[in-house]
Amino acid sequence: METNKNFIVGIFDDEDILLEGVEKVRDKGVKIHEVYTPFPVHGLDEALGYKRSRLPIAAFLFGLTGTSLALTMQIWMLGIDWPMIIGGKNFVSLPPFIPVTFELTVLLAALGMVATFMIVSDLKPYKWPRQFDLRSTDDKHVMAIDLAINANLSSDDIKRILKEAGASEANDKNFE
Amino acid sequence: MGHHITVESEQYIFKAETKKKLFILIAAGLVLFAIGVFMAMTSDHGGHEGHAAISKTEMLANAEPAQVGHAEGEHHGSANWVKRIYTSLWMNNIYFVGLGIVGLFFVCIQYAAQAGWSSGLKRVPLAMGRWIPIAALLTIGLWFLVKGDLFHWTHHDVYEGATADKILTKKSPYFFWPLHAGSFPLFYFVRMVLFFGLWYWFFLAIKKKMEAEDLDGSTIHWYKSRSLSAWFLVFFGVSSSIAAWDWVMSIDAHWFSTMFGWYVFASWWVSGLAFIVYVVVKLKEAGYLKIVNSNHLHDLGKFCFAFSVFWTYIWFSQFLLIYYANIPEETVYFIERMRVAPYNWIFYLNLFLNFVFPFLLLMTRDAKRHMSMLKVVAPIIMIGHWFDFYNMITPGVMQYGGGFGLLEIGLFMIFLGAFVYVVLNGLSKLPLVGKNHPMLQESLHHHI
Repeated sequence: METNKNFIVGIFDDEDILLEGVEKVRDKGVKIHEVYTPFPVHGLDEALGYKRSRLPIAAFLFGLTGTSLALTMQIWMLGIDWPMIIGGKNFVSLPPFIPVTFELTVLLAALGMVATFMIVSDLKPYKWPRQFDLRSTDDKHVMAIDLAINANLSSDDIKRILKEAGASEANDKNFE
Repeated sequence: MGHHITVESEQYIFKAETKKKLFILIAAGLVLFAIGVFMAMTSDHGGHEGHAAISKTEMLANAEPAQVGHAEGEHHGSANWVKRIYTSLWMNNIYFVGLGIVGLFFVCIQYAAQAGWSSGLKRVPLAMGRWIPIAALLTIGLWFLVKGDLFHWTHHDVYEGATADKILTKKSPYFFWPLHAGSFPLFYFVRMVLFFGLWYWFFLAIKKKMEAEDLDGSTIHWYKSRSLSAWFLVFFGVSSSIAAWDWVMSIDAHWFSTMFGWYVFASWWVSGLAFIVYVVVKLKEAGYLKIVNSNHLHDLGKFCFAFSVFWTYIWFSQFLLIYYANIPEETVYFIERMRVAPYNWIFYLNLFLNFVFPFLLLMTRDAKRHMSMLKVVAPIIMIGHWFDFYNMITPGVMQYGGGFGLLEIGLFMIFLGAFVYVVLNGLSKLPLVGKNHPMLQESLHHHI
């Protein structure tokens, strides 16, 4: 991903034009690297053909880990390693274990989800993200197309397709 | 907003076929109820004495607090089977009071939160509010019928003589003020009338605003509905809790729980949400509510999921504190419900139907977006909370002589049939979609 250096960048002024543009560009057989928008655009994920995120599965598994960890910990501590009578209850009594179990489930699910997200999205300290066009942080929608992946098309073809799809500009962008 | 979507006007038609189905449900309920009553009457003569004897020893073993000799319902009670009918009537009534009032509560939350997503389906919860006047008459009428058997504190002799009940005497002003303990519970009765009166007034006022909005399309009605809703929510916050103490918790008059108002509210609210989901899904299947799509269903599903968890949270908070403190005056409530059939299996079933099932079945995104799953989970939640109300009300009245059978199921079917009839009839009186709702476009573009 980082090795690709040559991109064509399409600038779109309006999110409705962008949504239609994405479909038009993909219909022409152009593979889109990524689209950057200044605010969330509903329907963009579907238009780009992204698959559903598997993050919920990771969250569920982390949560399950938290549940079993909490129960194992409490049962081992209070039932096996150091049994103590508290309030006349059994050594292993489930109801007082539930709050701790709940908290650890939530904690592990949340931390695990954040960690997974950061790893999958390649977010880490000191990482400097690529800026295809700084106006994507202001009022423009930016569509990046990787020339190396679309080797069957020339850069002029791609620029023409972008303009036809409603882009107000189509620029070259090279990273060194 | 990018583009404007035009909405077709829709009118729900309450078909004769649907009415027939509901009448069959009610008739079947009546038959089951009659068989159930007959069975309860015959079994009453048989093993009742033996059963009662066992129950009594068990009750003593379980350390009934202070008033062992004063076990509720012991003096001048009706026959066991009559008490069973009264209990079941009262619990079904309280359950459906909740469904009716939650319909109005849902509408008011949408206005107060200025929610746009729900503007296409608000007529369904509004129609549920049409049960409120019927619920009012039923509650007031039934109260006079069942008070002697259900509400131990209404008996004048518990406040008299050397054996006067100290706990109830202290609590008596809450029921009888300004009259003296043991006479007519004026304060209690005024609350009952006031709550139903104001709930119904708010319902009528908001319905009127919706009707006016349909006709002239002015946004002033929306603003007025919003302020009405805000006032209603304040009133409902107080009245729903007090109603829960009055109508449910005062059955176990010696016992109290500070969570109880919330607990009853949570149970009402989530069963009302499940009912809304079910009606919306059924209407969509019948070709109505074209503007409701899987995004709106997703939100409704999230509501059901979230408030099933909320109910569990309240349930557990109440249970854990009592379990851990282990004070006999408090634990008696759960001992009654955890030791003897049918309360014990209902006690655990309650947790499965209202927490485990909705939690696991509605967890994924797809489950909340697809009608096939919502159609399964919504009835589970509704039935689960009906059982919840069964266990809140029955043990306090019937003690260890309670039963669960055709009598209870039959009455539930009768009430359900009547309630659905009123809701669908109400739904057919107004356009199904408020065409002039100022946030309708937002609802049409809703995407999550």
